[in-house]
Parts: sequence; structure tokens; C-alpha cells
Amino acid sequence: MTAASRKRFLQIAPAVAIIAFFMLAPLGLMAYVSLLQKGVNGGVVWDQHTTEAYVNFIFERDLDDSLVLNIDYLRIFARSFGLSLLTAVLALAIGFPTALYMAMQPEGRRNLLIFLVTIPFWTNLLVRNYAWILLLRNGGLVENLLRWLGVSDQPLGVMYTPIAVSIGLTYSYLPFMVLPIYASLEKMDSRLIEAAFDLGADRRRALTRVILPLAMPGIAAGCILVFVPALGAYVTPELLGGGKSMMIGNLIQGQFGAARNWPFGAALAFALLAIVLLAMMVYLLRFRRAPAVP
Amino acid sequence: MQAPAIEARGLSKTFGAGQDAVHALDDVSLTIRENEFFTLLGPSGCGKTTLLRLIGGFEQPSAGDVFLRGQPLTGLPPFKRPINTVFQSYALFPHLTVGQNIAFGLEMLGRPKEERAARVEQMLALVKLQGYANRKPAQLSGGQQQRVALARALASQPKVLLLDEPLSALDLKLRKEMQIELKRLQTETGITFVFVTHDQEEALTMSDRLAVMEAGQILQIGSPTEIYEHPQRRFVADFIGETNFLEARIEAAGSGAVARLACGGALALNGHAGAAASGEPVTLAVRPERAVIAAAGAEGLPAKVGAVVYLGTDTTYHLTLADGTPFVVRTQNSAGARLDLASGAAVTVQIAPAAIQRLAD
Repeated sequence: MTAASRKRFLQIAPAVAIIAFFMLAPLGLMAYVSLLQKGVNGGVVWDQHTTEAYVNFIFERDLDDSLVLNIDYLRIFARSFGLSLLTAVLALAIGFPTALYMAMQPEGRRNLLIFLVTIPFWTNLLVRNYAWILLLRNGGLVENLLRWLGVSDQPLGVMYTPIAVSIGLTYSYLPFMVLPIYASLEKMDSRLIEAAFDLGADRRRALTRVILPLAMPGIAAGCILVFVPALGAYVTPELLGGGKSMMIGNLIQGQFGAARNWPFGAALAFALLAIVLLAMMVYLLRFRRAPAVP
Repeated sequence: MQAPAIEARGLSKTFGAGQDAVHALDDVSLTIRENEFFTLLGPSGCGKTTLLRLIGGFEQPSAGDVFLRGQPLTGLPPFKRPINTVFQSYALFPHLTVGQNIAFGLEMLGRPKEERAARVEQMLALVKLQGYANRKPAQLSGGQQQRVALARALASQPKVLLLDEPLSALDLKLRKEMQIELKRLQTETGITFVFVTHDQEEALTMSDRLAVMEAGQILQIGSPTEIYEHPQRRFVADFIGETNFLEARIEAAGSGAVARLACGGALALNGHAGAAASGEPVTLAVRPERAVIAAAGAEGLPAKVGAVVYLGTDTTYHLTLADGTPFVVRTQNSAGARLDLASGAAVTVQIAPAAIQRLAD
């Protein structure tokens, strides 16, 4: 190692050490906790090692110590997966046209629009979710609006359903979809769209053959940025789902809280992490393999 | 008579409104013939690109109409016009291969796959890029990208090809090559080319006819020879090649017209240049290579030699006329023709009537 490169290494070493410590230490602790015996009143017994937590995820231990298949937790995972997927699809359906519209605006107005898209972030997440309760509850704003428009005079009945959770999640994570797509559309040469028109592509085909393929990295990044946090969401399913449509985040919280089963909570968190990493790998394989030509 | 390939009638284009309104194009009319290499020449901001974009359908005119072979194009979007464009930045689709780029237009027209494949090969041969079909545009050099852009625009056999300063990003040597290449493509395909450039040399070497534009208006349309030899406006004479301007007053009109120059001398004018009322103040234009330097005392305009610049094939003499008006004479350095003049020497400038152009402004 030359003097110069050693100096460079020493200069970045503190940052690397801090990142490594604050990422690896909690993860290592969680991994360790997931392999311990749960304590009777919560917490863990630090010297009793067991894989019981991972077994509990799929099996239930009967009174005679035989294992019985229990898909309750898998069902919660599947529901979380489905709701997150729905959220990502809804966010894409709303986010892509928004991002496209923003990218088509003159320079000055674009910055204003980015500002507007990020404004909800500055409001507390709890406050935003309570606002949705006021909108969606029976006798709430949306129901009254529908009644006034003559569309329906039935109670809305959306509150405390998976639909309410998905609406809330879509709203919360929409900026994560809009911004990466906008970034990929914004650096696209507008002459490419003109070239597509010039060569006989109508609006639909200019969209499908030129704009969408070029926006694909942004779309993929946006989908992951929405899907991953939605999968682990806690506040929105708690408030808008009313605990009836439990998601992974609520399940984990419950293990560390009321259920007093820390090892199981930690094991669930690792299962979630595995799913997230899988999603990331799919993204990397699909969109980063193309040679980066300057 | 066959309808012209492109006809513009009273085209105007205004961007913005009110006080900030910019009149990019102001009541422009022109006719571009079938199979013609037509150039729109002018400095940046003269409206030449706006005119091209109006023909292509990328902008809608504020007033006036564009006709393609007699059919009005007004309101038709670009994808419904049988006109293709080669963009300044090429605008090749980066996610498609060279072959897919070239086939794009045919695919949009719904041509069968076999025809598209055959046409791609044909186009690659035409632009001399055989074997490049599976490359991505980013893997090509600027000159190769230029050829792909041309092949893509020509593949669906448009009636008119628009070229928006396509050579400006290339280096000098490549640009010269592509000038010849473009001319060859135009002749081989028989497609009407409308070419936009600010490079007067490019315009003179490639065009069948050209239009010189300034400030949203067309100043003069003609063949390269007409534009160079017979400029009608001061801007045209100045923009294309070098020109000497002489302020004068018509002394005798009609045949045998004479112009009394501000510098004191007089010049005989021929028919066209002399067709002005007696007493009218006029500006005369004389190309540097059309004037002759004679010994002092000979008949003509007395002048004093300033700088003498040797340019290899020819020599430029920067003279000053009696009233201080600068006047440039260029002579070819053919055998024995070189004048041996020192700075400060007194000479006479002789200008034949045929070398004199009377300008309209």
C-alpha cells in the first residue's frame, strides 16, 4: 500500500467503520436474538439457544410435541405481499403519468412541481393517516361527496379493510414512485419523442416503444422503493386497517409488544429482510446487467 | 405542371404573446421542387429551424399553410406526414439496436417483418454500415451515428427529408465527407432534401437551390451561383462570401448608366444594375475576385495599398479608396499573375460593369 492510498484509506475509514457498526451490529444482535429461547415475561434467555422461532413460523407445536402445519403467519406474509404489490401498482398507475407530465413542463415549473410532490413528507405520518380516517370513515368526507354526487347513498364501508390500507400506503409512498421515474424521464432527450412521432409512431406507440423502455430503470426503482417500505409498514395498517388486516410490520410489533416473543419477532424480521433482498436482486439482475455505455 | 414537393404560403410563427412575443417567422412563402436539394441558410435565430419544424409538423404555424405536392398539411401531426427528419443530435433510440432503429419507421407503418429486414440491409448498404445492425447507437462514432440517423429517416421512403444542421457535430474532415455523401444519397434516392445550415460553404457546395434567411424572413432564393454572383440584398452579399460595398448615386439611368461613387470616381453599370432612377442613392456590391488592380494613373478608382495577405492559391490586397472606404481585391496566384505590391503603394482599381451588383438595401 503506497503512502497516498494509505492516507486515502485512513480518511474514509471512520465513515466506513460507523456505517459498518450501525448496520452490522443491530443486524447481528437481531440474528442472535432470533436464535434464543424466549423469556417468560418478554425478553430472551441469553444462554439458551434454539431454532424454535423459525420453526414456529410455519409449524405449531402440539401438546404431544408433534409439529402441525400452521399457515396463519404465512397468510399474513402473503397478505402483506399482495397489499404491497397492489400499492406499488396503484402508485405506478398514478405516479407514471404524474412524472411524465412533470418532465414535459418548462424548467421553472418542474421545480415547483417537485416541491409540491414532496410537501406531504413534511407532515407527520400519523397526522396524514388520521386525515385519511376522516376522509374514508362511514359518514366521512368521501361518503358525503358520493352521496352529494348521487353516486351512492350506502355507507362507504372502506375503513378498516385492506383497501383502506392500500389507499393509505399508496398515498404515503407515491413520491417514492414519482421522483425516480421523473428523474429517468427528465434526462431523456425530448427529440427522441419527436423522432418517434416523425417516424410514424402515434402517441400510444411513442409511449410504449420509446418513453416506457427509457423510463424502465426509473419505474423499477420506484416500484422497489414503494414495495419494500410498504411490506414493512406499521402505522398505516394499524390505523387504517384497524388491526383487522394485519401486515408483517404489525405482526413483528406484536411479538415485541403484547406477545412477548422477542425471538419470534426477530425471526419474522429476518424473513422480511430475505424477501426484500430477493426483490433487490431481481432488480439488479434485470436492470444493471446491461453494459453501461458512456 | 407537377405540384411542388413543398410549398409554404404566408407562413408565420410567433412564440409567446404580448410584449414578449417573438416573431420567429414572418410571412414566409417559398416553393421547393421535386427531387431538389434545397437549403435554408442563415445565422442562428433567423427562423430556419422554425420553418423546418413547421414543415415537419413539430410546430403549428400562427398563420399560413404548408402544402405537400399540393395537399395542405395544416393540422396533421408529424406521424401522419410522409416527411422524415434527421435531427441535429441524431436522436437515435438508445435502447434499440442500429437495425431496430432503422426498422422503426417501417414497423410503425405496419410493414411485414421480412420486408423490414431486407430494407434494413439495403439501408445499411446505402450508408456503408453493413454488419452494424446489432450494435447499439452508443457503440458508434459520431459519423456512424449520423449515417444511422440518415438510414433511419430514409428507410420508409419519405417524400421529403428534412435535415436540421446534421453535420454541425462532426469534425471538419468528416463533415466534408458527409457533404459529398449526402449529395450522393439525395441523387440516388431521388428524395427531396430540405437542409438547414448556418454554414455558407456547406450551402453553396451541396444545394440545387438555397434560401437565405434573416430575422424570420427569406431575403433571396436562388441557385448557389445566382446567390453568390447576384446578391440582391446587403445581408445576402455580406453573409455569403466576402463583398466590397460602395455607396453611390445614379447619374445617368438606362443603358449607359453611370454611378457616381462617394469616393469621387464613377463606374459604368450594365442593364440590371443601372435600372434605377437618376439621382437615386444606391449601394453597389463587388466581389473581391471580380475587381482588377492596375497601375496608378490608369482609368478606374485610385486607391492605396494597405495589407497584402498571401493565402497560397491567391493573395488578398486590402486597399483604401480616395474617401477612406476599404476595398478588398483578391487575385489568383497563377503563374506570372502575382502583383508585386508593397504596403503604401498607389494603384488603380478597375471594375467591369458585369462585376457590379446593385443592392436593394
